[in-house]
Amino acid sequence: MIRWRKIFRPQPVQMVTEGMQRLTFNRRVMVVGGAQALVGAVLAARMGWISVIDGSQYRLKAESNRVNLTLIPPRRGWIVDRYGKALADNRVALRVDIIPDRLHNRAATLGRLAQILSLDADTLDRVNRALDTNHGAQPIEVLSDLDEARFAAVSVHLPELPGVSPTRGFTRNYPTGPSVAHLIGYIGAPSAEEYAKDRNPLMLTPGFKMGKDGIEKYFDRELRGQPGARRAEVTARGRLVRELDTLPDRPGAPLQLTIDADLQDYASRRLGLESGACIVIDCLTGGILTMTSMPAFDPNSFTDGIGRLEWKMLNEDDHIPLLNKAVRGLYPPGSTLKPMAAVALQLAGVDPDETVSCGGGYRLGGRLFRCLGVHGPVNMTRAIEKSCNTYFYTMAHRVGYDAIAPVAKAMGLGQEFDLPGTNQRYGTVPDSAWKMRRYQQRWSVADSLNATIGQGYVSVSPLQLAVMAARIATGRNIVPQLLLSRAMTAPQPLPYPAEMFTVPRAGMAGVMQPGGTGARSRLLIPNVQMAGKTGTAQVRALVNGRNAGSNYKSRDHGLFVCFCPVEQPRYAAAVVIEHGMGGARAAAPVAKDVLTFLYDREAAMQSLLALEAGWGGTMAERLQRRYASYQAEAGLVPTLPVPPDAASSATNNAPVDAAVPIPASGDVPAAADPAPGAATPAPSTAPPAGPTPVPPPPAAAGPA
Amino acid sequence: MRAAIPLAVQRFLPWHIVLTLALLVSFGATVLYSAAGGSFEPWAGNHIIRFLVCLTIATTLSFIPEGWWRQGAIPGYSAILLALLGVELIGAVAGGGQRWLNLGFMRLQPSEFMKPAVVILLAHFYALLPPTQTKVWAGLWPALAVIGVPMALVMLQPDLGTAIAIGVGGVTVAFLAGLPMRWFLGAAGVGLAALPALFLMLHDYQQRRVLIFLDPESDPLGSGYHITQSKIAIGSGGVFGKGFLNGTQSHLEYLPEGHTDFVFATMAEEWGLLGGLFLLFGFGLLLRWGWRVADRAPTRFGRLVAGGLTMTIFFYMAINMLMVMGLAPVVGIPLPFMSHGGSSMLTVMICIGIIMGVDRETRRDRWSL
Repeated sequence: MIRWRKIFRPQPVQMVTEGMQRLTFNRRVMVVGGAQALVGAVLAARMGWISVIDGSQYRLKAESNRVNLTLIPPRRGWIVDRYGKALADNRVALRVDIIPDRLHNRAATLGRLAQILSLDADTLDRVNRALDTNHGAQPIEVLSDLDEARFAAVSVHLPELPGVSPTRGFTRNYPTGPSVAHLIGYIGAPSAEEYAKDRNPLMLTPGFKMGKDGIEKYFDRELRGQPGARRAEVTARGRLVRELDTLPDRPGAPLQLTIDADLQDYASRRLGLESGACIVIDCLTGGILTMTSMPAFDPNSFTDGIGRLEWKMLNEDDHIPLLNKAVRGLYPPGSTLKPMAAVALQLAGVDPDETVSCGGGYRLGGRLFRCLGVHGPVNMTRAIEKSCNTYFYTMAHRVGYDAIAPVAKAMGLGQEFDLPGTNQRYGTVPDSAWKMRRYQQRWSVADSLNATIGQGYVSVSPLQLAVMAARIATGRNIVPQLLLSRAMTAPQPLPYPAEMFTVPRAGMAGVMQPGGTGARSRLLIPNVQMAGKTGTAQVRALVNGRNAGSNYKSRDHGLFVCFCPVEQPRYAAAVVIEHGMGGARAAAPVAKDVLTFLYDREAAMQSLLALEAGWGGTMAERLQRRYASYQAEAGLVPTLPVPPDAASSATNNAPVDAAVPIPASGDVPAAADPAPGAATPAPSTAPPAGPTPVPPPPAAAGPA
Repeated sequence: MRAAIPLAVQRFLPWHIVLTLALLVSFGATVLYSAAGGSFEPWAGNHIIRFLVCLTIATTLSFIPEGWWRQGAIPGYSAILLALLGVELIGAVAGGGQRWLNLGFMRLQPSEFMKPAVVILLAHFYALLPPTQTKVWAGLWPALAVIGVPMALVMLQPDLGTAIAIGVGGVTVAFLAGLPMRWFLGAAGVGLAALPALFLMLHDYQQRRVLIFLDPESDPLGSGYHITQSKIAIGSGGVFGKGFLNGTQSHLEYLPEGHTDFVFATMAEEWGLLGGLFLLFGFGLLLRWGWRVADRAPTRFGRLVAGGLTMTIFFYMAINMLMVMGLAPVVGIPLPFMSHGGSSMLTVMICIGIIMGVDRETRRDRWSL
C-alpha cells in the first residue's frame, strides 16, 4: 500500500548533500547500466535461441518461402478393354499460355499472338482481364487444345513473343467418344465440395481433372497417379527468379475391363437413332463384353466443362442421353420372361409336354386376357416359340406367381450386382408379400397373369435381362463382372436340375427358326445358331389398338434376350429399344448384328454402314449436326469443331501401355518448354471450381 | 592503441568511439549493399554519406561549451514544442497523422529533436535544483510537465515509439538525479495496474500490433507477417549466416522493410549469430563509453545529460532488436547506424555529439589540472 501523504510530504529531516547525491547517481548508473546489460544478454540469448535451437525449423520455413512448388497434374491411368485396347487414354494437348511476369509489352505481344493464332475478340478480352488481375509466374491460358500447325507457328515466333509459353500437356481422350460415355463416365475439374472432402493441393492445380462419374469416378484414386512438380525460386510477390528442377509425374495405373472395345463401339453405333441399351455377357466368366446405352453424350466434351448450350441440348432430348439405360432404365420385360417362367413352371410340377389350347386369350371371371394370336394346342416349347400368352396365363393361374417369383430372382431379375462405377436400379419382381407390403392389398390371379407375361408390376433393367439370358443359357449362376481378373472362375451351377433348362432353351432356339417370332433375325453364320426371345412391353393401356398412335412416347418398348451358340452357349445378350414398337421388329435385328460382329466383323460392318448411310452419318457426325442446329436455333453461328481425331492425329500416337511415358513428338524449341522432358502439362487458368455447368447424376426417373 | 595517437588528435575527438561508429556504419552499409541486391544504390552509398555529414555535425556540437547548452535549454525546448504544436495543427487541417514540418528545403520531424531537448532541459533543471529539493514535490512536478507535454503531443500524431523514447530519456534523467526510488516503483506499479486502460486508449492499429506481438502466428499474412518473416530470416541464418549477398528472405522480398526497421533481420540472415553478437558488442562499447563519460563528468549537468542521452541511444537499439526478434510489438523505430533513414541517425549522432562535448570538458579539466 502506498502512503501518498508520506510520499509527497516535505521531509526536511532528510538532509541531502551534494556528496550523497553523487553517491545516489553512481548507484543508479549501476542500476540503469546493469539493466541495459541485462537487456543485451536477453537479446543475445534470444538470438541464439532463434538461430541455433530453432534454426532448422526456420531454415525449413525460409526454404519453403524461397521455393515455389508447381504441381504437374499426373496423367490418368488408361482404361483398357480385355485385349488391352484403350477405352480411355491420354492425348497430347497443345496449349499456349502467357506468363504475366515475363510479359514486357502486353499490347504488342497480344496483338502479335492474336495474329498468329487468329484469336477472336472474346478470347483476347478474357486474357486481358486475367492479366489485369494476375501477376507472377502462374500461367494464364490463352488457347488450349490447338492444332499442330498453329502450335508450330507460335513456337517459331517465340523470340518476338516474350512471356508466351507454348506447352505440351495431356488431356483425357475417349477414342470412341459416346460409345463409352455411360460405361466409363467422364472427368472434370474438382468442385469446391470435392476439394473440401479431399484437401489435396493437387485438387487446386490448374489442369487437374478427376473422375466425375462411372468408372472414372469409382477408380479415381487408382487412375489418378502421382503428380510431378516443378520447383522454382520465386519472390514474395510471385515473380519467378529461376527454375530449379522438375520431378516428372507418375501416371496412374491402367485399369483393364472385361469389355471388348470394338464390340462396345459397334453395339453403340448399331443402336443408331434409337434410345436403348445393349448388353453382351461372356457366358464362361460373366464378364461383360458390352454394356452400352444410347444415345449418349460425348465424354470428351465434358473434360473441360460442357458448354451451356450442349448441356441444354442433352437435357432436352426425349431420348434421355444422360441416363444410363443399361443399368438405370427399368422396363416391363414383356414376353422375354417366358423362358424363365418355363423353368419355374417345371419346378412347380408342370409337365412340359402338357398342351393348352389357345383360342386367342384366357378368360378369368368376366375378363379376357388376350393372346397375340390363335395358336391352337401348344405345349411349353411351342408356347415359347410362338410367345403364346394363353399357355402362360393358364399355367400361372395353376401354380401361382409366388412359385415363379423366386426363380425370377434366382435368374437375376430384381437384383443388384456388384459392378464398380455403376449406379443400378434394381426394379421389381413382385409377389404376394411384396404387394401386401407395398399396397396393403392381396395378390390376385390377374396379378399373376400379368406378371407372367412381364407386364403389371414387373420392371427390370436391361442388364438383368442379359444376366437372365446367360443363366438360362448355361444353367449356371452367372455373375456379371466388369474388371478383368486372372482369377475368374467358372460360375457355380444354379440349384435347379439341369434338365429344367432343356425346354426353355429349345423354345428359345425355336423362336429363331422359321415360324418363330424372331425368325427374321437369326444369325447367318455357318454352324452358329442363336436362341432368343422377343418381348414387347406396353407403355400405355391400349386405347385405340396397339401402336395406333404415332406419338413416340406411347409406343411399345421392344426387347430381346438371346444367347449363342445354342449347343454350347458362349455369349448372352439383351437388347432393349425404347418405344421400338416390338421386340422382333426393333431389338432382335440389333442383337443379330451385334452377335454377328463377334463372328464375322466384315458382314456386321457392312450391315452397319448401310444403316448409317440411311441415318445420316456416323454417331459423331449426327451429334455434331444436331449441336450445330441447336447453335443455329440459339442464334449463334454454328461452329463445327474439327473432329478430335483429325486435330490430334499427328500427336495421338501414344503407346498402348499407359505406364510407359508418352514421348513428346514434334520439335519444339527448348525455350518453348520451361521444363525438360515430355511431362509438362501446363496448368490452365481455369478455376478448379469454375462456373462450368457440370452435369448432375443422371435423372432418377426411368422411362416407362 | 591510444598511445599511438598523438595527444592533440586525442583531444580533438574520442577516436576509439569514432572508430567503433565507423565500424558499425560500415557493417550497416555492407548489409544495405546486399539488401539492394549488391549495389551501393540506393541505400549503402547514401548511408555512408549521411554518416559523414552527421559525424561532422556531432563533432561541431561537441565543441559547444556546457554553458551554452544550459542557456539554450529552455528556448530550444520551447521552440521544438512550438514546432510540435505546429505539426499538430497542420495535421488537424490536412486530416490524418502528420509527423513533420515541410520547410521547403527539408522535412523537419520535431519529435526527433525533442528527445535530446527533454534530456538537456531536465538535466539543467536538476543541476539548478538544490539537493534538498530533490526529495520533494517541487523536484517532481516540473519534470512531469517537461516530459508529459511533448509526450502527449507526439502520442497524438500518433507515434507511440517516439513518445515512449522521449519519456524514457526524461525519466532516466529524473532517476539519475536522485528522486526517491519509491516514486518510480509506485509509478511503475500504477502504470502496470493501468495497463488495460492504457491499452484501450491506443489506436486500433496499435492495439492490433500489440495483440499480434503476443501471438504473431495468429495473423501470418497480415501484421504478424513482419515478425514471422523477421524471425524466419534470423533463424535461418544460423550461427554463421548464409553468407554475404546470399540472403533469400531479404532478396526475394519476403522480409518487409528489410533496409529500414528490419535491417537487423537482413543482417542476421547473411551474417548469422556471429554478426548479431558483433553488433551487440559494438553497441555495448558505445553505451559503456556513454556511462563512463557520465561517471567522470565534473558537473552534475554533464553527468545527467550524458546518462540521459546514453539511455536514449540504448532505447533505440534495444526496442528495435527486441522487435525484430519478436520480443516487443512492431513500433517504427529504426536500428541506429544500421537502418537506412536520415532523421534517426541525425538524432543519435546529435546525442553522441553532446556526450562527446561532456567528454571534452571532462578531459580539459583533467588536462588543465
